[in-house]
Amino acid sequence: MGDRGSYTEFSDREVVGRARRVPAPVISSPGPPAHPRVTHVRDGPSWQDAPYPVLVLGENGTVVDLNPTARQVLADRREGAPGADEVPSWLAEAHRSLTAAAGVPAKTFQVSGEIAGRFFEAHPGPFADGEVVWWLVDATGRREAEISLLDAREQAAIRAMVSSTLLSSLNVPRCAEVATQLAAEHLADAALLVLPPVGRRYPVTQALRGGSATHTSHQIDPRDVPGLAEALQGFPPVPARWIDPAALPDWVVPAGFGGAVGSVIVTPLPGHGVSAGALILLRSGTVQAFGPEEEAFTRLFAARAGAALSAARLYSEQSAITATLMRELLPPTLENVHGVDYAGRYRAASDHERIGGDFYDVHPGADASQETFVVLGDVAGKGLDAAVLTGKIRNTLHALLPLVSDHEQVLNLLNGALLSSHHTRFATIVLACVRREDDGRVRLRLTSAGHMPPLIVRADGRVEEAATHGTLVGALSSVTVQTAEEWLAPGETCLLYTDGITEARGGPLGDELFGEHRLLQALEECGGMPGEAVVERVQMLAAQWLGNGSHDDMATLAISAPRTAPPGADGSGNEHSRRTT
Amino acid sequence: MSGPPLSAAELRERLWHAVIEGAEYDAVDAVNAGLDAGWDEEALLLDVVAAVQEKIGAEWAADRITVAQEHAATAINERVIAVLVHRRPQDGPDAPSRGRVTVSCVDGEWHAFPARLVAEVLRLRGWQVDYLGAQTPTPHLVAHQHRTNSDAVLLSGSISTHLPAAHAAITACQAVGVPVVAGGRAFGTDGRHARALGADAWAPDARGAAAALEAGLSRPKAVRAAVDDLPHLADQEYTMVVRSRSRLVKQVLAELESRFPAMRDYSDAQRERTAEDLVHIIDFLTTALYLDDAEVFTGFLRWTSEVLTARGVPVRSLALGLDILGEQLHDFPRALRLVHEGAAALQDGVDAAAAPGTAV
Repeated sequence: MGDRGSYTEFSDREVVGRARRVPAPVISSPGPPAHPRVTHVRDGPSWQDAPYPVLVLGENGTVVDLNPTARQVLADRREGAPGADEVPSWLAEAHRSLTAAAGVPAKTFQVSGEIAGRFFEAHPGPFADGEVVWWLVDATGRREAEISLLDAREQAAIRAMVSSTLLSSLNVPRCAEVATQLAAEHLADAALLVLPPVGRRYPVTQALRGGSATHTSHQIDPRDVPGLAEALQGFPPVPARWIDPAALPDWVVPAGFGGAVGSVIVTPLPGHGVSAGALILLRSGTVQAFGPEEEAFTRLFAARAGAALSAARLYSEQSAITATLMRELLPPTLENVHGVDYAGRYRAASDHERIGGDFYDVHPGADASQETFVVLGDVAGKGLDAAVLTGKIRNTLHALLPLVSDHEQVLNLLNGALLSSHHTRFATIVLACVRREDDGRVRLRLTSAGHMPPLIVRADGRVEEAATHGTLVGALSSVTVQTAEEWLAPGETCLLYTDGITEARGGPLGDELFGEHRLLQALEECGGMPGEAVVERVQMLAAQWLGNGSHDDMATLAISAPRTAPPGADGSGNEHSRRTT
Repeated sequence: MSGPPLSAAELRERLWHAVIEGAEYDAVDAVNAGLDAGWDEEALLLDVVAAVQEKIGAEWAADRITVAQEHAATAINERVIAVLVHRRPQDGPDAPSRGRVTVSCVDGEWHAFPARLVAEVLRLRGWQVDYLGAQTPTPHLVAHQHRTNSDAVLLSGSISTHLPAAHAAITACQAVGVPVVAGGRAFGTDGRHARALGADAWAPDARGAAAALEAGLSRPKAVRAAVDDLPHLADQEYTMVVRSRSRLVKQVLAELESRFPAMRDYSDAQRERTAEDLVHIIDFLTTALYLDDAEVFTGFLRWTSEVLTARGVPVRSLALGLDILGEQLHDFPRALRLVHEGAAALQDGVDAAAAPGTAV
């Protein structure tokens, strides 16, 4: 039966047929006077004195009677709209509906409307003798409060959405796209984001409402747009300011902007101590200019966009620095060198890093007759500190290349360098000198300094350990090693690896080491495989053994004698496969 | 390409023999012959190289080639792709760029071949492609989005058990405003797992991926949590079963030994294989729990029983293992229901066709 307010009581009275009774004399009660005219005969307070406007409307919606409050309201209305009907059309319409649907309980009528700039709710009394008494309740304040509450909710939702959307990306162009699109959607008909100049050109991102953002770059004089130069130079934030649209240079108005520009605003985007850029908002002539709330929202938006752009800029600068510094520390990409296949794979200890304490390098000989020098090693510890030391070792070995044919001498020179540095870490290393002979076999000289000896996978699946051993580097005053000579027939592979593989902890039971025996088993299945398949398989088995468990750096490097030589190849690599048309 | 003198079947046959014999240069010659006969690169990649790769997987499942042959053949097929790629002019000034996209495998996924094909096909069609390859940790994938402002991420998964990781990657990419196209067998032959995980699009193959990009993808706006897509995760069964995986394996192994006397004579290696099989079963079970999709589990069991049968291993121990697992999971109604459905699927016998994933 709908809401149960004062109406309930009201209609109950109607049902019991008190319509002709004199209404209750106390008008402060919400109870209705059933028949106002009757009260004229009474002395003392009557419905005429009610603090609410009360009207009695007759069959045709004409005013039969009204109290002074109602009279005042209607007088205000006549003043505001001379010549209008006496009764506002919404009320007259409601009255007609109510009288036409006789028998419908009055309380189902919920009407409201405007009279003379104020908002009223109209509550009808019972329908009797073709007449109805209407109480008008002034709800202007409540309605304004409701509207502003809805606005505030909508603004809060937009602000939350804007903040989270702006902060979602750490990419500067993407961030500029998002900011421009959001500004065009919620603040203006078109928006331009001008970033601080790169050289003499200004990156500009622009968007029309509902459209996608486009990036351009302009050689402009920011002084052509009032306020833009200051905003970009990072002067203290000036209040958003309005500009004469006629004075705008052409590049500010995006292609496809409908009609003439009506209003323009330039807002600085505050950055981290410097300007993050400036936002130019355009509205077309037909659209209303900004209100104070919108200006406040624009300032807030500019602050958020500035913070997001600054964070993105900081991230891209930092990641560029990191990438540059890390480039020398990343494992190299390996390929065929002088008729021998090399393949390497590296997995850093933590998934968010790409470098660690394991390393490998392949230094090609000057020509196919010279030995290629291969090194794989493991610095104590992991993470960036260990990676920095691997860089030092790799550089030192690079400088010692002319001497590498004597492994023991090179290791002792490296040992001296490490002992005299401020690093207290030591390293284990495997060196290999590799040369492909005319018969297609590959000769290896292998030296392990405190490292696991290399494993050789024969074509038939047998796995042999190279007979080399020695002391580690960077701990004792000298290094003593035993070098081993090995031969690879076509299809055979020599695997160099670090203990991150064998010490991977996990497995089906969750707490076992992968161990050397599982590595040997795995390699026994790898007879005849290309080197890249061998390193991939070993890394894959170790990774699957680990599951989600933590692990050390894991490096693997395969030296393989190619199984099939290119027809007519002279041992100079895979030129055949690079044929061009 | 009007009536090439070499048919797809002929080329496939030639490439198949080359890769299975490990003859890299014969393999390269095969695709070069195709090019000379008027084939375009995309058709060679998808109708010849991809078809041969599919056959490699099928032959392994049927125990007609060894693991070593499978790896060697795949490595050679990868080199064949490299040759086709090298033929193309590098990004010159006239190279059209439709936009920039990232192609990556799901974290933990080692089958990079399908992703590689997608990357190459998209390059052929004029996209600038960042190919991140196999086993890409999700943090790397997301960091790459911050660095590059991709128009889309194409995420490839072959094995269903990587779907929870795929879900993390999909929501993470979308949270930074990059739409995700999911593809690969893991997402289901009809792409239903891609939809369940909230991917912006699903592509059945490389051509489908290109079509999805060409149709245009809108930037995702709302940030979601895993539970928003999969409300059943609120029951915590997935979390609890995953966390007790090692304990479950140990308990089932001990129970198996007491009920299956032959197991007491198993070597350490045999015992380890059994434990690994149990891990696989539990991994597929937890994935089915994650998705609330029994077919993930029953499909895996049907496929496993086919592989075991092909290798002459009786399926009986698998059924017994399931029974014991069910006893251990009595506190988890959803997991228990899945185990029962799995057992029923095994009972129904080997009547399945498609493989849900490749165990390695």
